[in-house]
Amino acid sequence: MTNPIAVRFCGAAGDGIESIGSIMVRTFARSGLHVYAYRNYQSVIRGGHVWYQVRAHNKKLTSFGDYYDIMVTTNKDGIVYDSAQLREGGIIIYDANKVKFDPSEVGKKFIDLNIPLAEIAQLYSRIAAMQNVVAYGAIAYILDLDFNILKEVLEYEFGDKGREIVEQNIAAARKGYEYASEVYKNVRIKIEKGPRRRMFLNGTSAIAFGGYVAGCKFYAAYPMTPSSPILHWFAEHTKKAGMIVLQPEDEIAVINMAIGASFAGVRSMVATSGGGFALMSEAVGLAGMTETPLVIVEGQRGGPSTGLPTNTEQGDVRQVLGAGQSDYPKVVIAPRDIEELFYSTIEAFNLAEKYQIPVIIVSDLYMNESATTLENEFDIENIKIDRGWIVKEGEIKDYKRFLITENGVSPRALPGMKGYNFVAASDEHDEKGHLVSDVLAGLPYMLKIRKAMMEKRMRKEQYILKELEPPTLYGPQNADITIVSWGSTRGAVREALQILENEGIIANSLEIKYLHPFQGKEIKEILEKAKEILLVENNYSGQVGGLIAQHTGIFIKNKLLKYDGMPIMPLEIVNKAKEVLNLKSYEVIR
Amino acid sequence: MESVLKIYKGEVQPDWCPGCGDFAVLNAIQRALYELNLDPKDVLIVSGIGCSSNLPGFISTYGFHGIHGRAIPVATGAKLANPELTVIVTVGDGDCYGIGMGHFIHAMRRNPDITVIVMNNQVYGLTTGQASPTSMKKHVTKSTPFGVIDDPINPIALAIAGGATYVSRGFSGDPIHLAQLIKNGILHKGFALVDVFSPCVTFNKLNTYEWFRKRIYKLESIGHDPTNFELAIKRAYEFGDKIPIGLFYKAEKPSYEEYFEDIYKGKPLVYHDFPNKEQIKEIMKEFY
Repeated sequence: MTNPIAVRFCGAAGDGIESIGSIMVRTFARSGLHVYAYRNYQSVIRGGHVWYQVRAHNKKLTSFGDYYDIMVTTNKDGIVYDSAQLREGGIIIYDANKVKFDPSEVGKKFIDLNIPLAEIAQLYSRIAAMQNVVAYGAIAYILDLDFNILKEVLEYEFGDKGREIVEQNIAAARKGYEYASEVYKNVRIKIEKGPRRRMFLNGTSAIAFGGYVAGCKFYAAYPMTPSSPILHWFAEHTKKAGMIVLQPEDEIAVINMAIGASFAGVRSMVATSGGGFALMSEAVGLAGMTETPLVIVEGQRGGPSTGLPTNTEQGDVRQVLGAGQSDYPKVVIAPRDIEELFYSTIEAFNLAEKYQIPVIIVSDLYMNESATTLENEFDIENIKIDRGWIVKEGEIKDYKRFLITENGVSPRALPGMKGYNFVAASDEHDEKGHLVSDVLAGLPYMLKIRKAMMEKRMRKEQYILKELEPPTLYGPQNADITIVSWGSTRGAVREALQILENEGIIANSLEIKYLHPFQGKEIKEILEKAKEILLVENNYSGQVGGLIAQHTGIFIKNKLLKYDGMPIMPLEIVNKAKEVLNLKSYEVIR
Repeated sequence: MESVLKIYKGEVQPDWCPGCGDFAVLNAIQRALYELNLDPKDVLIVSGIGCSSNLPGFISTYGFHGIHGRAIPVATGAKLANPELTVIVTVGDGDCYGIGMGHFIHAMRRNPDITVIVMNNQVYGLTTGQASPTSMKKHVTKSTPFGVIDDPINPIALAIAGGATYVSRGFSGDPIHLAQLIKNGILHKGFALVDVFSPCVTFNKLNTYEWFRKRIYKLESIGHDPTNFELAIKRAYEFGDKIPIGLFYKAEKPSYEEYFEDIYKGKPLVYHDFPNKEQIKEIMKEFY
């Protein structure tokens, strides 16, 4: 079996790094390889220093890799900033006419692949980004990729720009391929390819596509990194998907519009990041109080406040759990990979309608912006839709919208239905929806109703808890160390487990998906049996660690907490696990 | 009038102070719905928070009593989901012109087919009488013991400038006239504003029924042409010894829902089917 191979394209914003990165992803996926890709960029439209890393393997990947094997750089910043993660003996593709550096600046042995990228690119186009296409051709030679696939991908990528542009790109890639094959004939890396094309997508597409499949017909959002691509996906698909997609004046309008659409009977969704969610939070409680189904996506990024707009963090757990005043039933799901983002979005719609509650999906910039291939295509045949208890006209006499029931779920009528007129109120109300908060405030009837209605709403959570998939331990049951993670961090944990296993260290992991209602009982049972526990979170204070302590009484003392804006990487977990077990760790990265 | 009450009377008695202008607004809405022969099941009244926003509870239609300032977005979402509904927003001046001003302005440029009735009493009544965005300068209230120093909002001028296609003002002291403004607002296809002088008898001792009666006159009585933008703006700034009520401005513009006709395909969104497997698989091809 061959090793995974990772390519990193470096350059300035506006150099077409994003474009060449996605071309590389598609090329690998169409070559039958698994891919995991991630990028780093700044909140600037031109300039800065960006990179796009694409890792490929014939087995499923769960991380973009601690190290990469091939650097392509069109400026010196790549050498300065990105040499650290280049694997010892890796390849640097650059143009010595433009990128001047002393080999010692790389700080390690590397294979020098100087190619006149600019000169070749200028044969076909005056656009600087064409240099990357030349390098892409060279990579295809190094990895022995089928050039027909490159042609196909370039056609896909540039087809809408016209035949001439497509031909220019193909010619530039071919020249790069030929140059490498002539001048660097022996620089080749063997990589096993697969027999069939693989489906691939990024996190935001998985969420949006999941929403579409779940029957979402109303989507509203205010632009905010890292959730804006969900808006772009829906906007592009509005006609094909038969949806209304809006960009209102702010996140408060966004969520209230979605609540209005959902109240009228349409599956509705919104997405934002931490700042936008803060604006939404009063209305999240409104959805809870009026028992209006709603799906909300919170794509976390570095905070507090504007924080790190283009970097990742898992720091919004407390905000999401604490959104809105008082107590109301809700579900908070933290999907653990891109595939799960898709299925969890569908699950979120079903839970939202079945229990008539807001459901919040907590993702993050890392997962939203990563792209990955899937082992198998999404299982469309087995998608289930549960709309919950929506009444039919004439079915119920003496209708009570907020009827007190055993599981707290009441019959839902939609405006337009005969005989069920009611008011859904943000004030406390009785079973019919009549306010008890004004003239009745503090009177015995109100005290009784208030208590009964609060309990009715909150009872939903007991029933939700019964139907959520229970948490399980991944890996061997008896391990020297149990690694606890949640959400997107699972990918790095899985790779870390593999590395530990290769070294004969027995480790397993608890990968938490549901943050609310919290499966404290099951999690306590699992953690009580653990010999050592290591908490891994992409935030400063270990927010889910706090949640675990609150619900289980178990305080995890070993913590790997990262809050520099970058995702947690496999080797960081490996090293921390070894430290906990008093074993020698790897040389620290950087 | 008896049958009006029979059809639209709510199960809950209004808890407004005796003499509150909002009673007349409630009656005028009921009368307008009756004259338009609208089935209560097809009417959705959305409100925010405040004395006036309790109105949906006192009338027998579908209602959504949301949070402070956010009635217009809720109404817009509901109208888009089901354009067959007659959607009315009932709010106060604090709700609409204060905390909800952003939504008010942006809704007007979209022109959804909703009717926004603002019970404007120039004071925050439910919170016991603080100054509001329409309080007059120098008005002494609990929160402005030395008099209001902010200039008041001019909702009529704002609405005309903001792109509203039906801009009117009524007075609780003239419920028949008010009912006609509301009725025509509902009939108008697009964003209709009915700003109503609805005196707060408890907390606003300045802008009383008497105060208004001395000043108001009807635009119809002077033959005002509501299609004339410049004249409408001019009338909107009359707020002194003479204050106009009636229809200031009316314009024809596609309503928001009309832009989504290729999505509706003749059927409200709420009645659309969920995507089938073939449609899903077609889109899934994009991920290769």
